[in-house]
Amino acid sequence: MTPPILEIRKLEKHFEIRQSLTDALRRQPQKVVRAVDDVSFTLAKGEVLALVGESGCGKTTIVRTLIGLEAPTGGEILFHGQHVGRAPRGGGSFISLKQLRQRAQIIFQDPYESLNPRATIFDTVAEPLVVHGLAPNPAERVERVRRALEEAGLRPAQDYFLRYPHELSGGQRQRVVIGSAMVLDPELILADEPVSMLDVSIRAEILNLLNALRRERNISIIFITHDLGMVGSLADRLAVMYLGRIVEIGPTAEVLTNPQHPYTKALLSVVPVPNPRLRKPRMILQGETPNPIDIPPGCRFHPRCPVAIEACKVTDPVCVTVHDMHEAACLLVQPGA
Amino acid sequence: MNATAAPLLSVRGLGTQFTTVEGEVATALEDVSFEVFPGQTVGLVGESGCGKTTTLLSIMRLLPVTARITTGQVLFRNTDLLRLNEREMRDYRWKEMSIVFQGAMNALNPVMTVSEQIAEAILLHNLMERTSAAKRVGQLLDLVGIAAARKNQYPHQYSGGMRQRAMIAMALACQPSLLFADEPTTALDVMIQAQILELLQSIQRELGLAIVLVTHDLGVVAEMCDSVVVMYGGKVAEYGPADTVYNEPQHPYTQRLLGAFPDLNKPAGALATIPGTPPRLNALPPGCRFAPRCHRRMDVCDHNAPPILPVAALRPAAAKSRHMAACHLLQNPGTQPQ
Repeated sequence: MTPPILEIRKLEKHFEIRQSLTDALRRQPQKVVRAVDDVSFTLAKGEVLALVGESGCGKTTIVRTLIGLEAPTGGEILFHGQHVGRAPRGGGSFISLKQLRQRAQIIFQDPYESLNPRATIFDTVAEPLVVHGLAPNPAERVERVRRALEEAGLRPAQDYFLRYPHELSGGQRQRVVIGSAMVLDPELILADEPVSMLDVSIRAEILNLLNALRRERNISIIFITHDLGMVGSLADRLAVMYLGRIVEIGPTAEVLTNPQHPYTKALLSVVPVPNPRLRKPRMILQGETPNPIDIPPGCRFHPRCPVAIEACKVTDPVCVTVHDMHEAACLLVQPGA
Repeated sequence: MNATAAPLLSVRGLGTQFTTVEGEVATALEDVSFEVFPGQTVGLVGESGCGKTTTLLSIMRLLPVTARITTGQVLFRNTDLLRLNEREMRDYRWKEMSIVFQGAMNALNPVMTVSEQIAEAILLHNLMERTSAAKRVGQLLDLVGIAAARKNQYPHQYSGGMRQRAMIAMALACQPSLLFADEPTTALDVMIQAQILELLQSIQRELGLAIVLVTHDLGVVAEMCDSVVVMYGGKVAEYGPADTVYNEPQHPYTQRLLGAFPDLNKPAGALATIPGTPPRLNALPPGCRFAPRCHRRMDVCDHNAPPILPVAALRPAAAKSRHMAACHLLQNPGTQPQ
């Protein structure tokens, strides 16, 4: 097997909360938000991995940490086997953030906010080339911008060059965002809820576009969503997150048809099915995701878990292999289930 | 659909126009008709700008001054709301029908506690004294699952799901028989969405409410609704019992919309897409509004707008189902939509 394009080992990102003066004087312990807590996974060339979970589960923080928008507080990130950002202790090869960002690109959620309203589409898409000092020759730059926009489905690309974001629909804007990611010919795209702000028919177009880029260009994608319904058509593998941890990971079809973790089962049961004949009982978890400052002891899901046992209050479960590639972190999961 | 009961709300041929600053006329709604029966849930679906929210605002007569209702009737228990004066109309809002607006954060007053704002609605309608109003607020918050300890907090202290619960409690303050919910779960996580949908269903069972649910999420409609109105470009494209519309969609727009919706039960494979964009309301196509994007367009579609007709004309088996669609294909049995 070829080495993975991306490998995450025990990644941790804790945010310190600003302490009030009185708490500091009283020597209260510093509180931390454990946004990402001990997360490991690998991503193969051309693979699409979906990270699924509710708000505050840490999925966006993972992506921001991967691309260097946040510095991890622990763990390692390896891109093609090279440490990202700085040389590891004891030596070893590494790749700078700037080099990484030439090969890995991020797509943000809201195309109404992620485009500069005062820059033309051409300038927006050409900017990464300028930043990285690529294609200094104007003719070459125009050609690369044209190709990127057409790849993102904006044809003929020339018609868009001199337009501004406000002249475009939401779907077209998201295509511009994808185009400016594609202009560098990245190997890895990190897509943070790329379709959650869009209408159904446009959502389908963008999902199909990402699928085509993966198929034709063999690009690896990390696709973040809170909606399990979105993953079936795109993702090869699926990781379900809860409070900063991956609770279940495996091939998409396998996890969707044979979910092991009670949280995955609950999430699946509440995905609306577009057919009134297939209404099914919903397994609704009460309350909301707890605050990542006060993560419950034992299994972090136990206070909301419908099948929790006594042991869940004290033992933090580790990932158990269910089938090959399919793992879940739950005390009740039996290997080979 | 219970055909024997009288409809609670009957919208007939509703048309609404906006006048832009430049004096241009934009037709936001044309010939919109549907019925809501007591205790039933009706879904209004379609893409952004198709007229879903305008339909609600027209029924409640909450349109901005630039808009005008041009045609039609809105019959609520056989009273035409469009013929009432503003004073009479106020007796219907809140007490008979109320609305849960999109974006609970922006719809709540940030400088009033949640219980104060709910009490305000009750007191403004002179329904009871201040002390009994406070008691009623307690009951309402209990009904929507907000702990009594949190009733004197401000909206910013609430999570998104709780704000939406507070909005629902407020809408129920004057015991309406019809509740409009405009995208009630759109900005929420799936689990919180499920909690809110479950809450709406339990309230409906308990109070016998009728609900009109506006959403672009076909999955939510399938979960919740007895009947569905599919809107496109300000008109009704298809209307009927949810089960029939989802399983035997007649209008090409409905078919494509359903095909574009990712379904957990049918993973893999490319999703259907609809080329082009919805029409601009000040430059509507002369014939069928969907024609420029339709994969089954015929010559007639470019010139004549199709009337909305019962599907029964095509399929006698569907005679009792009140399934309607506005498509020329219905009148050309040789080219039945599949």
